[in-house]
Amino acid sequence: MLELQGLTKTYKTGDTALSDVSFSVPKGQIVGLIGPSGAGKSTLIRCINRLVEPTSGRIVLGGRDLTGLGVRDLRAQRRRIGMIFQEYALVERLSVMENVLSGRLGYVGFWASFTRRFPPADIQRAYRLLDRVGLMTHADKRADALSGGQRQRVGIARALAQEPELLLVDEPTASLDPKTSRQIMRLLVEICTESGLPAIVNIHDVPLAQQFMQRIIGLRAGQVVFDGTPAQLTESALTEIYGSEDWTAMRKGHEDDKDAEADALRRLSVLPA
Amino acid sequence: MSDFPASWQFRSPKARLALWFGWLCLVALFVWCWQVMNERTIWMFVQDAPKQAADIGGRMWPPRWSYLGELMVPLWDTLNMATLGTLLGVILAVPVAFMAARNTSPFPLILRPIALFIIVASRSINSLIWALLLVAILGPGLLAGIIAIGLRSIGFIGKLLYEGIEETDIRQVEAITATGASQAQVLNYAIVPQILPAFWGITVFRWDINIRESAILGLVGAGGLGLKLQNSLNTLAWPQVTLILLVILATVVLSEWVSAKVRAAII
Repeated sequence: MLELQGLTKTYKTGDTALSDVSFSVPKGQIVGLIGPSGAGKSTLIRCINRLVEPTSGRIVLGGRDLTGLGVRDLRAQRRRIGMIFQEYALVERLSVMENVLSGRLGYVGFWASFTRRFPPADIQRAYRLLDRVGLMTHADKRADALSGGQRQRVGIARALAQEPELLLVDEPTASLDPKTSRQIMRLLVEICTESGLPAIVNIHDVPLAQQFMQRIIGLRAGQVVFDGTPAQLTESALTEIYGSEDWTAMRKGHEDDKDAEADALRRLSVLPA
Repeated sequence: MSDFPASWQFRSPKARLALWFGWLCLVALFVWCWQVMNERTIWMFVQDAPKQAADIGGRMWPPRWSYLGELMVPLWDTLNMATLGTLLGVILAVPVAFMAARNTSPFPLILRPIALFIIVASRSINSLIWALLLVAILGPGLLAGIIAIGLRSIGFIGKLLYEGIEETDIRQVEAITATGASQAQVLNYAIVPQILPAFWGITVFRWDINIRESAILGLVGAGGLGLKLQNSLNTLAWPQVTLILLVILATVVLSEWVSAKVRAAII
């Protein structure tokens, strides 16, 4: 589905953020990208939809090379890639509905979007997605009136409104509490599984990654140093990615989170599926 | 415990010396200015200032209320001049601001310096001077006043607006770009919503300033209340001057109130 070949990014300052990153993601696979701060996780995800221009290498999505596309073609290809952000990146002063519909901007002309006259099919899809993420009643609220978890749900609905073939998720839970984090991760995984949507999820929380991801890729200093299942992510593998540290402390923290998790489960069952 | 230093100073000795020297210079400047002022002032005139002030005050009071009817049309002209001038300023300033902002300028290398120059040029000339020039070009009347107000407003609105545009949250722009939106759509969906409150605040604030400025533009022939003020001053009709000043005061208070209301409503 997605194939990265020798992706390299060197910033103008001379810092190499990525060097020769190659891997492929088959349809329906959810990949967690872990690594220390500055390992190039964010750069990698932004290279895929070319918010950051890679220095060399190829990005092939469903047989189509995304590198070297002109502005118009790039826009058309970006529609195929949904993106979810760390601090939601909603347009705070627009309504929830406008934020979700903005996922359709690549498909509608300027005047239609300027006058907010989207095709009926887009509006229906937006309502369906809002219902899916449990925010049906909030459609006409302003985005800044929502809580963190609710905003990230709007972010998810916006990305899905694009009807993407790939989801890029950049630290989706970094600004959320543990309970909400798990709710959001579960929602993401459910949605991806439902429609066989592949996703690359940038995540700094290792236990969370192990719990929800099917495959984990570890980045260190811009290079892939681990690629395997969560079960294969042993202490020595973590040391390889992050450098030495007492990992048992983190595991213990994970146990604490289990309580929050149980609580979250109870709460989730009340929410519409 | 005792191994750590017990004293810590907010400023380094060098910074303290520089600060002390700075204050010394300020005091010296003040003393020198005082001296210059003393030399250039004719104290004889100052001595009878209270008497003169009382004299003018006596002539100015009471205001000639019957003159009020004659002021209504010039007052209306003044308000129109301020409003239309602000409108003209806004229309011209918005594209200039987008060209001046680093993150929205289409060709930053060429267009940014041009836009910044327009802003500086507009700001460096007072509306009264703009009006003086325009009265000479267009002849006396409201049109010169409207354009003068508009030209002066470009710089003010343009500068504040482009700073607002540069302060917009890049992540929201990134998110809209990632959906495959065009440049125009990114502007419309990610940047405009972020700067709209600033835009209305700036516009209403400038309108408020423009009402004050347009009240005196008549002094150089641009119509409105200022024209009446000039006529009254020329004929030494002090009670009329008082009334005009009172009308200007009332208008400004009213416009302040309106702009405060509008700003409170949008933020």
